[in-house]
Amino acid sequence: MAGYSVSVALTGSGGAGAMTAGQILLDAASKAGYYGLMTRSMGPQIRGGEAAALLRISSRPISSLDDHYDLLVAFDWGNINRFAAELPLAAGSLVIGDPEQGEVPEPIAKFGARAAELPMKAMAAEIPGGRINMIGLGAAAVLIGLPLDAVLSVLSAQLGRKGEEVLAAATQALKAGAEGAKMLPEVAKLPAAPVDGVKRWNISGNEAAGLGALKAGIRFVAAYPITPGTEVLEYMAPSLDKLGGALVQAEDELASINMVIGGSFAGIPSMTATSGPGLALMTESLGLAVASETPLVVVDVMRGGPSTGIPTKSEQSDLNIAVYGLHGDAPHLVTAPNSIGDCLSTTQWTVYLAEALQTPAIVLSDQAMGQARALIARPDDLPYVANRLVAKDNAEGYLRYAVTESGVSPMAIPGSPGNNYVADGLEHNERGTPSSQASDHHAQLDKRDRKLAKFAYGEMWADIEGDADVAVITWGSCTGPVQEALIRAAEKGIKAKMISLRLILPALPEMMAAALKGVKKVLIVEQSHSEQFYKFLRAHYDLPAEVAVIAHPGPLPIRPAEIVNRLVAWKK
Amino acid sequence: MNVQAPLTHQDFKSDVKPIWCPGCGDFSVLSAVTKALAEHGRPREQVAFISGIGCSSRIPAYTKVYGFHGVHGRALAIAAGVKLARPDLTVLAAGGDGDGLSIGGNHFMHACRRNVDMTYVVMDNQVYGMTKGQASPTTAPDWCNSKLTPEGTGISPVEPVRLALAAGCNFIARGFAGNPNEVARLILEGINHPGFSLIQVLSPCVTYRPEQRDWKQAVHASDGNPSQLVAEAMHRLASDDGFTTGVLFAGNRQAFMPPRRGLGSIAELERKFAS
Repeated sequence: MAGYSVSVALTGSGGAGAMTAGQILLDAASKAGYYGLMTRSMGPQIRGGEAAALLRISSRPISSLDDHYDLLVAFDWGNINRFAAELPLAAGSLVIGDPEQGEVPEPIAKFGARAAELPMKAMAAEIPGGRINMIGLGAAAVLIGLPLDAVLSVLSAQLGRKGEEVLAAATQALKAGAEGAKMLPEVAKLPAAPVDGVKRWNISGNEAAGLGALKAGIRFVAAYPITPGTEVLEYMAPSLDKLGGALVQAEDELASINMVIGGSFAGIPSMTATSGPGLALMTESLGLAVASETPLVVVDVMRGGPSTGIPTKSEQSDLNIAVYGLHGDAPHLVTAPNSIGDCLSTTQWTVYLAEALQTPAIVLSDQAMGQARALIARPDDLPYVANRLVAKDNAEGYLRYAVTESGVSPMAIPGSPGNNYVADGLEHNERGTPSSQASDHHAQLDKRDRKLAKFAYGEMWADIEGDADVAVITWGSCTGPVQEALIRAAEKGIKAKMISLRLILPALPEMMAAALKGVKKVLIVEQSHSEQFYKFLRAHYDLPAEVAVIAHPGPLPIRPAEIVNRLVAWKK
Repeated sequence: MNVQAPLTHQDFKSDVKPIWCPGCGDFSVLSAVTKALAEHGRPREQVAFISGIGCSSRIPAYTKVYGFHGVHGRALAIAAGVKLARPDLTVLAAGGDGDGLSIGGNHFMHACRRNVDMTYVVMDNQVYGMTKGQASPTTAPDWCNSKLTPEGTGISPVEPVRLALAAGCNFIARGFAGNPNEVARLILEGINHPGFSLIQVLSPCVTYRPEQRDWKQAVHASDGNPSQLVAEAMHRLASDDGFTTGVLFAGNRQAFMPPRRGLGSIAELERKFAS
């Protein structure tokens, strides 16, 4: 739709190779100098089952999927009804199916897009070792105007090690698909690749979160596998070894969070990554980290909930448990990256905050960012590294939980002579000795609250763009669609300000009041069924009189058009 | 040169007054731990002592090493985290039968098989004392003195040493609180043995299980030749009466420690993403 980008969906049932084709297409776009984004939609099956690679390739940096796909290449129609709603098409879009697979099924046909046929299976059968997905990939590349050379170059890099025969078959199939595409109707074509000299990265949100943590100094991870958080851990395991750190697979999330507490108590910046069910299991021990003032970071890659929910698809519905899940008065940090690249920056910043404030922090990423891969400008280097306030050796009359003005007390690390103390989840006095006295409880509650409340979080607390008397407040992966919506709205003469919260907890009422100065109407955009973010904002912030909410659950992403339409309707 | 006198067991005791009842077996375990640490000879700051929740889990605060009194059942996980993050430290964990074998049962099994180099002291009194006398996983099925299970639990108790052996524990010993010198020796052996060491200490609860005072008549020393073969130890423990004290098994598995090669850099990691 937007003239600077083209959106492509490659779909197929298990083994058809939709994900592989999508990955090669994205890498080829990268090679050709474009920006891009690829998200994955999958069924729950381990092997087999429906899969869709959802791509947007662009001459400008992008942070959101588009409203619809310009091109849908279906290697087959198996189980397409299960995710047809995630494949919106417009009248000008083109659907390519294999005639052997029959007519375009109703859930796709109902979009009213143009349809064309390419006998992918028959074409692949004519090539020894030829595969359907390479035929489709060749056709897709030609249709959107991506140079075939770039695709071939990626192909040879990826398949080269599998032997000449495999590469030759794939190359032949790719070229056959490209040739076949010449007989097909035209679709939107990519503009020329930008020549902006910007250094690009090809990275997923989960890798970015892991790298950000490492850049901040995380050197110990304990973890239990869970979709869609696992890739953070799979990225970190070999990377930690390279940096002289270690990752340990624990028996469950109860163990992983407590191993992390142990690692951090021992002086090593430590973290884990998980998803909703794992976060639920960790909440008791997050309270322990609050009470014992043990810094740590939990990256929660959110998925559809409650319970096992929809493990493979995205939703912003862990906000409540992250903010309110701990028992007792338990001040802690909750942050949220708002783009794939920002998964790096926010995680790095969060490690810094957790260490500086000696408190647990939850980073709320989600499946849409975590498992998506993007071609982005290289994220800026940030100055945030773990820097804990550590007690001097043989500190005179050392008090681990000394009541200080800032609320932060010097932490003794095992090995430091003369400062031995016992960290405790029982309420304690300044020394750490268990105490049930009202005065000790009050003093420690105050200090743990004060250290978060008094800290200077700086500009990182939110991304604020534009200036107008209408504001859109959003968070996390909804930020991309909001940014794109505001660009489109501006083209229609409608101005709006965006406030994307990176620091969820603690709330910063003064910062928000300043950001909302002069704002008369607010639109809140989030991906949850019960308007968790809206209710959170209501609880912690003063909002203008006129407030509207766009909130719906996953797995469907919020699309820019819905936001633009709401702003246009508001203007009338 | 400033030569310091070696530390005594008193140097490892803190001035915090224990919450335990007079006559509690855990006082002896505290003495045994501090004696073992004094004999071990490492500076106090090089030792970390980790526990969960329960009467016996209060023990770290009564010592003068670095300690962590965590949540119920997770002592072994915290202890493993400490040792895996800081291999240079000597790590001890301690707790009761409920903490270690009920709520922490999963961690117990995996600690045995993971074999991280640390020593775990389970003070077993077959009762939840802190919550005022309920049946624990080591309580006999016909013990009827709890309001929670007035007819008895009706379920078989866990035998900690057999469970540990089956799960792959590398060093297994049993002591009796009434013989703190033996307990101290077993703890020291456990510390010196590579990998995960379990020291079960029969530690009477004089308040909720006063009949456990009779344990001193029931305990008897092992023959002093601990088995190094799992099958042989399994055979012996199958017919054990639960009161044999001494080292029951001493395996030769290597302690677990992940590699930390440190041959890369952040810049190298970043290059992987440059397109």
